[in-house]
Amino acid sequence: MFNSKRLAPVAAAGVLALALTACGGSTGGGGGGGGGEADGPASQNLDARGPITYVQGKDNSDVVRPLIKKWNEAHPDEKVTFKEQSDSADQQHDDLVQNFQAQNEEYDVMSVDVIWTAEFAAQGWLQPLEDELAIETGDMLPATVASGTYNDTLYTAPQSSDAGLLYYRKDLVPKAPETWEEMMGMCDIAEENDMGCYAGQFAKYEGLTVNTVEAINTAGGDILDDSGKPTLETPEAKAGLTNLVEGFETGNIPEQTITFMEEQSRIAFQDGDLLFLRNWPYVYGLAKNEESSKVQDKFAIAPLPGRDGPGASALGGHNVGISVYSDNKATAHDFVEFITSPETQKFYALQGSLAPVLTDLYDDPELVKELPYLPVLKTSIENAVPRPVTPFYPAVSKAIQDNSYAALQGEKSVDQALADMQQAITSAAAGS
Amino acid sequence: MSTVTSTADVATGPDSAPKRRARNRARWASIRTYVSAAVIFLWCMAPFYWMMVTAFREVQYTFEMTLWPTHPTLNNFVTAFSEELGNHLGRALFNSLFIGVCVTVIGLAAGVFAAYALARMEFPYKFMVLGVILGASMFPGVALVTPLFQLFTDIGWMGTYQALIIPSISFVLPLTVYVLTSFFREMPWELEEAARIDGCTKSQAFRKIIMPLAAPAVFTTAILAFIASWNEYLLASQLASDATQPVTVAIASFAGSQPHQEPYTAVMAAGTVVTIPLVIMVLIFQRKIVAGLTAGGVK
Amino acid sequence: MAVQAVPVGDAEKPPGEKPGSSGNGKRRIPGQGRWAALFIAPTLVLLAVVILYPIISAIVMSLQQDAGLDPATGLFVEGGFAGLNNYTQWLLQQCAAVGGGTVPCAPGSLGAQFWSATGITFFFTIVTVALETVFGFWMALIMARAFKGRGILRGAVLVPWAIPTAVTAKLWFFIFAFNGVANNLFNTTILWTGSEWPARFAIIIADVWKTTPFMALLILAGLQMIPGDVYEAAKVDGASAWQRFVHITLPLVKPALIVAILFRVLDAMRMYDLPAILTGGANGTTTLSILVVEQIRQGFNSAAALSTITFIIIFLVAFIFIKFLGANVAADSTSGGKAKIK
Repeated sequence: MFNSKRLAPVAAAGVLALALTACGGSTGGGGGGGGGEADGPASQNLDARGPITYVQGKDNSDVVRPLIKKWNEAHPDEKVTFKEQSDSADQQHDDLVQNFQAQNEEYDVMSVDVIWTAEFAAQGWLQPLEDELAIETGDMLPATVASGTYNDTLYTAPQSSDAGLLYYRKDLVPKAPETWEEMMGMCDIAEENDMGCYAGQFAKYEGLTVNTVEAINTAGGDILDDSGKPTLETPEAKAGLTNLVEGFETGNIPEQTITFMEEQSRIAFQDGDLLFLRNWPYVYGLAKNEESSKVQDKFAIAPLPGRDGPGASALGGHNVGISVYSDNKATAHDFVEFITSPETQKFYALQGSLAPVLTDLYDDPELVKELPYLPVLKTSIENAVPRPVTPFYPAVSKAIQDNSYAALQGEKSVDQALADMQQAITSAAAGS
Repeated sequence: MSTVTSTADVATGPDSAPKRRARNRARWASIRTYVSAAVIFLWCMAPFYWMMVTAFREVQYTFEMTLWPTHPTLNNFVTAFSEELGNHLGRALFNSLFIGVCVTVIGLAAGVFAAYALARMEFPYKFMVLGVILGASMFPGVALVTPLFQLFTDIGWMGTYQALIIPSISFVLPLTVYVLTSFFREMPWELEEAARIDGCTKSQAFRKIIMPLAAPAVFTTAILAFIASWNEYLLASQLASDATQPVTVAIASFAGSQPHQEPYTAVMAAGTVVTIPLVIMVLIFQRKIVAGLTAGGVK
Repeated sequence: MAVQAVPVGDAEKPPGEKPGSSGNGKRRIPGQGRWAALFIAPTLVLLAVVILYPIISAIVMSLQQDAGLDPATGLFVEGGFAGLNNYTQWLLQQCAAVGGGTVPCAPGSLGAQFWSATGITFFFTIVTVALETVFGFWMALIMARAFKGRGILRGAVLVPWAIPTAVTAKLWFFIFAFNGVANNLFNTTILWTGSEWPARFAIIIADVWKTTPFMALLILAGLQMIPGDVYEAAKVDGASAWQRFVHITLPLVKPALIVAILFRVLDAMRMYDLPAILTGGANGTTTLSILVVEQIRQGFNSAAALSTITFIIIFLVAFIFIKFLGANVAADSTSGGKAKIK
């Protein structure tokens, strides 16, 4: 009894001490803001060289290791170590955030999903790629450069790109539709053949944000204006979302697509259950080559249908950034240049089917032979619009997903959905 | 050890109407038992069977719906273990086993002492202690990750085994302590004293009388603790390194051959691989322990 | 076994009592407190480092405002001290307004979902734990019987519990896909993950499948500790199976049962994986933990406040539960009815 009484304050003191350590260190999500200060971490180690670590999600098709091997042979004193993250985007994001918050100097160069650039930049975690760290972007597709730019500063260099394509059944549709209306007009063909007409990704996840943003951008609307304020209560935005909602109402978009992510929609197309499919380039090779595909020689691709020309795809892909906490930023910079070099970009495309960010490569005969979709993809990326570049991307994406989902389910009107998106995004940006 | 048996052994005596009735009743009871057992078996195994079917299918036929693997292959298992593809399932299996054993042993050791004190001893603030221990199971686990990440970064534990083992122990401790406490309360402790009067030493009495009685509870607790640690994912996904990651993290990092492609078949293969040995191990362990106890125990 | 059989009538005594159990060991022995402290210390130290420290640090953070954007630089700046703002914003479902102040949260923001998430969390908890208790008891009773193939059954029951949760969730996602085996087998076209009630049922089915074995194992352990003689005596006295269940099995298993239910409740109130992977929180399946995870990506301080609120809710639930249902779990061993038995 005497002892346990004595024990209690000791334990409490221990806990308190631990808690104090926590307050002394950086607190989670508290934000850096160090990026702009004169002697902050962003101004240190700019000329330093030495070994660095490169962080990226799962290396699906063995692209990164050979590249790093090649680099290391050429730079024995500035070796790169590969830190491989999981395959899930959310996991990668959270892992980066944790390590930035802990100011881990072992994370030097990282692959950053295009939608995270603004958040990481605003937190002051990414080294601005300017002055001695500048990267030449003149040869790159402008949309990819825009995805790496925040506040007129380049924070991440484009690494690989991605955009939506329209897959269609060339045996049933003589010529790819160029506009949404034209495509909907062809849905009779689907009905005659007892198949669904059009599918995208409409389950409630990031894919729905992509599909909604594409619909709104294609109709001439915008999610955010240049100052980051939402612009969703416009006739254009309404027209865009209405296209999708009407698709569900008329059954041109089959109701089960409300559960579809990329893979389910790909399988439905490969099984011959769909006339049109919006998906990423990865479907091309699988639908062509998988023995189980029933459409191997029966499909072709086109840019997404638009209002009066190609539609505005959302931009996918990854960029590379340098951590402000890196000890060897000069090496990191050279490695980023190595990743964006034509040789590396070509290797990415050939080995990993990753769309290059350099304009010229889309016309490279060797690449086009391997990846026949490149010319169409080029059109698509040239017309692509980056997803909203905002430090509040998670909140913006959620506002879009939730309200779009409710509209597609018929639970609220298009007007209401857009008004709610507008208000939710306004609140998120109003500073928590 | 089980004691809720059929009624067959109750009615004895000459072959009579009551005995026949009893036999009939016994037969019905045993049929009912088998039907129930079959239903439970099906309910538990059907989804697992589907998992195995998927595990043996070729990737491109992932979404086929036949109830047996139509395009059977072992490739998914090869993929799951392929170091070249960056899938470290082999090492992860070892890690999970190692972490699980440490967590179970340490957790149980700490838990047994705490439970003994809580069930058998008098001390002040007992209710508060029980509350604090239970309270540890009430905070959303995700919110613990960030502070722990910073703590372990500060003391240089990131990616080490102890960074995975110690949190896991804490996660299983509340359950361990509560289960053991509730069972210890129910133990017929006066038997221990009776044995001492019969000339046993205190430790003999504990070993020969109390331990066999407590064995089902301790063993069940050990299974629960081990499987809880085996299933832990949230913290490990942020705190482990390539060298120390457990199976849950290894499986979660599987990837398709293409971006956006879900590696269902490989995940199901890995799920099969990590589940079957675990179940067999528990069964063997269980039989050994039960056998050992009934042989040497009071029964 | 040295335990004497007791007459059936005696089985009506309060739960937690054991035939022949007496109040020994209840006297305060000098120095016992010291031993008790020593025995409990390892547990408390472990919990303090890994649970208590993060909880306290999260609570400290929950009093800070999340970082806001400085319009001039476009960079985040520390939000400063917030008092209880983070808490009131969740409870009142208020979100920040332009130019300061707050407005009711619009649909599509996390703040708008607090009460619905609380409701659905309770709904899932009550339904899944009730089903798991009933099924778990049934499984345990069957597993406790002596019959050929019992070992196989025990192995089969372990399977759902032994599969890592992340894999389970993917497996059920696969089963409940529109073209998945569930629709295929029953020849239905239900949008399992795409409409409200089917989505909830899918989650409940998956959760019950996954965690009933936990319940069953704990109850089985409780059953195994009942001396067989008690049943024999009851049978001799002519008690029916139902009477034996209600008057012997249930009271004697109750301590184990209460602990099993208590921990299932605590876990179910923090359910995350299954709804997150099956529906992503769509169709009215957003639980409190999903809300916490999503909020962490939007600002940790507010997420810490939400975690603390969740903690308090769960604490209250556990408190009420123990108070009314299972006093003997946590009660001091001097209270309770044990000492009455002679």
